[in-house]
Amino acid sequence: MSAPLIDFDEVIANFDPVLGLEVHVELGTASKMFCGCATEFGAEPNTQVCPTCLGLPGSLPVVNGTAVESAIRIGLALNCSIASWCRFARKNYFYPDMPKNFQTSQYDEPICFEGYLDVDVETDEGTRTFRVEIERAHMEEDTGKSLHVGGSTGRIHGADFSLVDYNRAGIPLIEIVTKPLEGAGKYAPEVAKAYVGALRDLLRGLGVSDVKMEQGSLRCDVNLSLRTSPDAPLGTRTETKNVNSLRSVERAIRYEMQRQAALLTDGTAIIQETRHWHEDTGVTTSGRVKSDAEDYRYFPEPDLVPVAPSAEWIEQLRSQLPEPPAERSKRLREEWGISEKEMQSVINAGALDLVLATIAEGADPAASRKWWLGELARRANDEGVELESLAITAKQVADLEGLVQSGRLNDKLARQVIDGVLAGEGEPAAVADSRGLQIVSDDSALLEAITAAIEADPDAAQKIRDGKVAATGALVGSVMKATKGQADAARVRELVLQELGQ
Amino acid sequence: MSDLIHASAVELAAQIANKTVSAIEVTQAHLDRIAEVDGRVNAFLHVDADGALEQARAVDHAVASGQALSPLAGVPLALKDVLTQTGVPTTAGSKILEGWRPPYDATVVERLRDAGVVILGKTNMDEFAMGSSTENSAYGPTHNPWDLERIPGGSSGGSAAAVSAYEAPLAIGTDTGGSIRQPAAVTGIVGAKPTYGAVSRYGLVAFSSSLDQAGPFARTVVDTALLHSVIAGHDPRDSTSIKEPVPDVVGAAKSADVSNMRIGVVRELSGEGYQPGVQARFDEAVELLRAQGAEIVEISCPSFTYALGAYYLIAPSECSSNLARFDAMRFGLRTDDNGELSAEDVMRHTRAAGFGPEVKRRIILGTYALSSGYYDAYYGQAQKVRTLITRDFEAAWASVDVLISPTTPTEPFRIGERVNDPVAMYKADLCTLPSSLYGGPAISVPIGLGDENLPVGLQVMAPVMADDQVYRVAGAVEKALAQQWGGLLLDQAVAL
Amino acid sequence: MSAISRDDVAHLASLARIELTEQELNDYAGQLDVILTAVASISEVAADDIPPTTHAVPVVNVFRDDVVTPSLDRDSVLDHAPAAEDGRFRVPRILDEE
Ligand SMILES: [Mg+2]
Ligand SMILES: [Zn+2]
Repeated sequence: MSAPLIDFDEVIANFDPVLGLEVHVELGTASKMFCGCATEFGAEPNTQVCPTCLGLPGSLPVVNGTAVESAIRIGLALNCSIASWCRFARKNYFYPDMPKNFQTSQYDEPICFEGYLDVDVETDEGTRTFRVEIERAHMEEDTGKSLHVGGSTGRIHGADFSLVDYNRAGIPLIEIVTKPLEGAGKYAPEVAKAYVGALRDLLRGLGVSDVKMEQGSLRCDVNLSLRTSPDAPLGTRTETKNVNSLRSVERAIRYEMQRQAALLTDGTAIIQETRHWHEDTGVTTSGRVKSDAEDYRYFPEPDLVPVAPSAEWIEQLRSQLPEPPAERSKRLREEWGISEKEMQSVINAGALDLVLATIAEGADPAASRKWWLGELARRANDEGVELESLAITAKQVADLEGLVQSGRLNDKLARQVIDGVLAGEGEPAAVADSRGLQIVSDDSALLEAITAAIEADPDAAQKIRDGKVAATGALVGSVMKATKGQADAARVRELVLQELGQ
Repeated sequence: MSDLIHASAVELAAQIANKTVSAIEVTQAHLDRIAEVDGRVNAFLHVDADGALEQARAVDHAVASGQALSPLAGVPLALKDVLTQTGVPTTAGSKILEGWRPPYDATVVERLRDAGVVILGKTNMDEFAMGSSTENSAYGPTHNPWDLERIPGGSSGGSAAAVSAYEAPLAIGTDTGGSIRQPAAVTGIVGAKPTYGAVSRYGLVAFSSSLDQAGPFARTVVDTALLHSVIAGHDPRDSTSIKEPVPDVVGAAKSADVSNMRIGVVRELSGEGYQPGVQARFDEAVELLRAQGAEIVEISCPSFTYALGAYYLIAPSECSSNLARFDAMRFGLRTDDNGELSAEDVMRHTRAAGFGPEVKRRIILGTYALSSGYYDAYYGQAQKVRTLITRDFEAAWASVDVLISPTTPTEPFRIGERVNDPVAMYKADLCTLPSSLYGGPAISVPIGLGDENLPVGLQVMAPVMADDQVYRVAGAVEKALAQQWGGLLLDQAVAL
Repeated sequence: MSAISRDDVAHLASLARIELTEQELNDYAGQLDVILTAVASISEVAADDIPPTTHAVPVVNVFRDDVVTPSLDRDSVLDHAPAAEDGRFRVPRILDEE
């Protein structure tokens, strides 16, 4: 299956890559693009369908206004111009998972055009900013999903028949198309990855999509061609479909560069075709050859009227845009005094909004990050859910931290309070009350436990008396154990040292 | 033969409301009439006797319990088989939809139900409304009740024939290039194409989305207007539906007052190709209108000459896309699924077996007109012609209130006469195409018999959303001729 | 405007997914030619400065609120499918991916 490859350094020595990225984003609207069916992921097959999204005879589309608004907001965030007047068009081709056998899309009148997104990439000379120019962002609809039955692998080839679920058909998509990206050279794979990552953060910041690559709500197609030098004419490109993780974006491009270079070096022409990326094996394989016979017969959709956003509407949406993710992350990094890497881990964990909300509820930044990235991330991971889906609010986390700060709880007790909150036992303070969680702050009770600990471990006591302060840990530990963790470890240490004359 | 089948919708509704007769009796009388004559006419593809009687019963209950009734409650109606009705077979005259029972109601059907109109069944039509004679139905042609050897017009020939054969006092048709007006004219009844966007297209199996419009048939102008007012009005499920209130078409039909109206005679819709009898009846109708106080002006609309060309590019282009969904995957016919053929081949085979020759011809023509390299010359150019035709209409509105012409250039031809000559067939719509492309309302009203003793119609066209104006003029013509004839033109037909 | 050949019709039929017989290919080629000749007059009019009319009624911005409405009962849909299995539409094997 795998093609001959050339070493990456050798590719760069002899070729100049030109990239193009097409990203499809499923909008997070409640209903579909042209009908009122729900868009929830994972519903029973064909339970979110109606005459319109099934393409039944006589049905008609009506545009989801929120989807248009989201499209405009995405365009504005990508520094695009917004069309003052544009239409939907029909893209005609037959495919069993496309109910009408045309996709309602946009053709020569996209709602957003001519924008850019700047991305930072680490290079040998330090951080460098690459400007990825956006050609267009347009509105369209998703297709259904086929399950291929029979054959060996569940893949389309060799299947006996297919089973189609149209729940996804008609979900609003925004297709974001870059202009050919030139001059990235050996950084092309990293630039592509950084772009998709930045786009994902931007879309998440806008709140227009859940941008889950693994669920297909953000899908990336990569166009790539090689030429012998930046002055040479563009080479024949391939289009690699459905590259479904950030890491795959980089890998697929690297692979395709190495594969194409091997062919070209060998004097073999590149075939203009779609290719499929295989996450498991890390290769692309040949798909459909793009033939001249392909003719989508686009024409303006007569069942829909033009979209003509007013200047006032556009300006209102512009004024309500959130701070761009890159700027926001830079600002917060400085405010919180953390590194870019630390910031990235907050973003990658999907914790940024939660951390900010927790800070807004009164917790300090470090503590907010600590809870969400530590204990809570671990809980989410154990439960196999997103952080934001955990049954605890930013306010509750801030309250919890407040209890720690006030000295009522230590971290260990706080974790037990989290158990209670997640189990639905109520607010943190109430959970602490009902579970009887409270740092023992009564010195006399602690001294009693310390005396007992000293008696139980005279050796350790003697070492401390002799000035070996490091031995304190053993005694503190046994006191903590005796108090079932409900003591303030720092206070215990103080008292131990005091008792033993240090 | 019961008098109930000869009564107008207005009369029937009044008798049902005052309990002179029950809706059940009225419905049964029409079902009996269908059983008696439809073997010869073939107006119906499906008669929903049980459903109709059930609807009638509901109306009778409403009458008994003193509920307020709509002006057409209990009146039977024939529905063109291109509109979906939940659970009732809907074929659009095509084999490819044989046996399909839609899971939803068209908005028009919903409005009819809400008004207590009793739907008798689904009527025959040219397959997917593509045709002017109802010969393109996969289920055999409909016969003109005036002369069973003749076509009833099309594509709504089944609906028109049902009304003219007294199988129903009311019918719904659809008009894309003349498919209501032309059959109304050649069967001697009234048929109106409302302003595009006045009647919801939701549930109307699309032929050409930018032209399709459902509308009413009846034997009188007032009945037609009443049905119009029941089905028209804004529908949020159709993006091209007009939000403005429906003009008072019933009031206009009743007033029938054309004094002070300025009426334009379209110069381009006469002359060569127009049968002498058609032209003679038209000229007489013009004089009738003049005699009633209308000012008659001749108007030139030079772009109308290009309407045929524009229409036969736009409609096939849109249909080639609209009919792509008939692919054997989700509903309707599937042939040759033997486990060997791929989905692609099953689509090909099913579409070959399921579509008739005219539908295939138009899909191929439309595919051509939209294909890259030809789009500008064909579809693009046709839409520019559409602009020119609209400009002609708008220029006319500066000097006249309505435009008139014959509805068809000729009397109905014989079944089979033009089947192998598409262009000759297309010319049956010569007069009706301009207002379809423009989008304004138009009506056909009977004005007498032509050279072959077959019906001739007058077409009245008005500005967008001036639907009341076409009813006003049609009403005036009907009133004047009723005095001459002592009744309706249809009374002169040889009884079936 | 050019004449339509049998091969043109075959190409169009493949785009339109209709299996045509030799007889149909030849008949349609001839008929389409006649039709296109009959409509050719439209190229005489309408210069570049004439805007196309795509919609009879000149309205813009018809939107629905983003509100979920009930979907169809699945059985009512699948009962009328040519073939169904496991709550899905069963279709013959698909040749290639789009
Ligand atoms: Mg696309
Ligand atoms: Zn739907």
